[in-house]
Amino acid sequence: MPGFTAPTRRQVLSLYKEFIKNANQFNNYNFREYFLTKTRNTFKKNINLEDPKVLMNLFKEAKNELGVLKRQSVISQMYTFDRLVVEPLQGRKH
Amino acid sequence: MLKSTTARSITRLCQLYNVPAVAYRTSLTDKRFYSPPAAGVKLDDNFSLETHTDIQAAAKAQASARASASGTTPDAVVASGSTAMSHAYQENTGFGTRPIYLDMQATTPTDPRVLDTMLKFYTGLYGNPHSNTHSYGWETNTAVENARTHVARMINADPKEIIFTSGATESNNMVLKGVPRFYKKTKKHIITTRTEHKCVLEAARAMMKEGFEVTFLNVNDQGLIDLKELENAIRPDTCLVSVMAVNNEIGVIQPIKEIGALCKKNKIYFHTDAAQAYGKIHMDVNEMNIDLLSISSHKIYGPKGIGAIYVRRRPRVRLEPLLSGGGQERGLRSGTLAPPLVAGFGEAARLMKKEFDNDQDHIKRLSDKLVKGLLSAEHTTLNGSPDHRYPGCINVSFAYVEGESLLMALRDIALSSGSACTSASLEPSYVLHALGKDDALAHSSIRFGIGRFSTEEEVDYVVKAVSDRVKFLRELSPLWEMVQEGIDLNSIKWSGH
Repeated sequence: MPGFTAPTRRQVLSLYKEFIKNANQFNNYNFREYFLTKTRNTFKKNINLEDPKVLMNLFKEAKNELGVLKRQSVISQMYTFDRLVVEPLQGRKH
Repeated sequence: MLKSTTARSITRLCQLYNVPAVAYRTSLTDKRFYSPPAAGVKLDDNFSLETHTDIQAAAKAQASARASASGTTPDAVVASGSTAMSHAYQENTGFGTRPIYLDMQATTPTDPRVLDTMLKFYTGLYGNPHSNTHSYGWETNTAVENARTHVARMINADPKEIIFTSGATESNNMVLKGVPRFYKKTKKHIITTRTEHKCVLEAARAMMKEGFEVTFLNVNDQGLIDLKELENAIRPDTCLVSVMAVNNEIGVIQPIKEIGALCKKNKIYFHTDAAQAYGKIHMDVNEMNIDLLSISSHKIYGPKGIGAIYVRRRPRVRLEPLLSGGGQERGLRSGTLAPPLVAGFGEAARLMKKEFDNDQDHIKRLSDKLVKGLLSAEHTTLNGSPDHRYPGCINVSFAYVEGESLLMALRDIALSSGSACTSASLEPSYVLHALGKDDALAHSSIRFGIGRFSTEEEVDYVVKAVSDRVKFLRELSPLWEMVQEGIDLNSIKWSGH
């Protein structure tokens, strides 16, 4: 059944890459740091998962979350605020 | 003349409805009155969708308005106290100017995932969740019930037991006024504590005017209530005990389970204000025998303007509603629900449950680091019980420093000396007073709030900034000089009046 085939290693890696890319696009410092840390921790935590059914469900869920991240990072770029006192002014586009 | 106006209005109408005007124009004989349609508004190719909110400009405008009111220019202020003012702002150039947000007990930032859930209710799903004759109503009603389930799940309640309100203040008022009013024929007594939030204390005070008796329980120097004292305060005509779960100023967790058991034994309704506790500490209404529980959405990264009250169904808790109206929400809270806010609240509650362990670890780690850093300076104390507390709320007293002046010196960190409701007044916190702290120490206290979106970098910055500026302010203080010389301040006989 195609519904229960586990995502390939390549698919998961590309998903991870997309997560990091979109989390990085948050203009808000706190949200950016939160989603970056969360993405790293979540993928690391599930690195040894084998069960294809569990993997498939996680993959599906992650895809929805990626959608949220894509939309919200765009919104974060549209409504911007001054940089925080811990954020360097140079070195970032936003 | 008449013709010309009609021709013009037709052209205008055509523009309005985006219909080619040509078809109408041919029928008009006089072409002199034809004016070409206005060119559409075109934006530059590099037009940016970014709308930047310049907070610095607003802050500067406010500062100059204040300065002109007091007759000085901001530059003069800076020049006069050059050292003090330069210490109030971040010295490192090359960094941003917006303060670090460390006031999570006042409110929390809205989680982007919550906003994502809310947006569709502002764009397309605008139906009234109470209209059941069409799909617009059904759509929003499904979303509302879904949110109710998420809110209930966090505290192990039944979705039917959740009533949406405008916030924890309304929930607390509903309970403190509604329950005693319903049972007023036989029961005339309410028990609460001295460290409750203002809305509970004021509601209780309002009930005293209605002829009810209220017992305000004292707390010990840790901020905890004495169960013996509570047991002694219970009378045959007591109808309600209201004790907050997590204190908003000092973060102390009251022994809710024990209080719940005591209330159950004496058949008294038990209400807890869980605005600061919901989703942040483990709460179970059945295990803890809670009959009524207030929740606020904006303390859990949800939208502002919504909250909920849990009202037990078995055994049923009866209360008189505050609002009369259409009988929504089991007749307890009339008025149309706001689906965007309810859906956002539901998502926020779902995330609190989903991220519970991650958030707990993160907040505990940062909190330990902050407490260790702040208490490493001498003459600083942590207020409230060190063991029974929510780690995300840290209240520290810096002796010989005035809290308000420290806050002024910490312009680059958003903090408060206590509850946001009382931050406008200069009187010391009544919560710290109830703990037995003297005025001076209550005045020198600052509350730090850590949340899901706080980072380690921010905590490091705060520890450094606070220690530096406390040191700076103490050097200015003659009291501090005396303390350094070993003079006991209590032995001094102040005279001159």
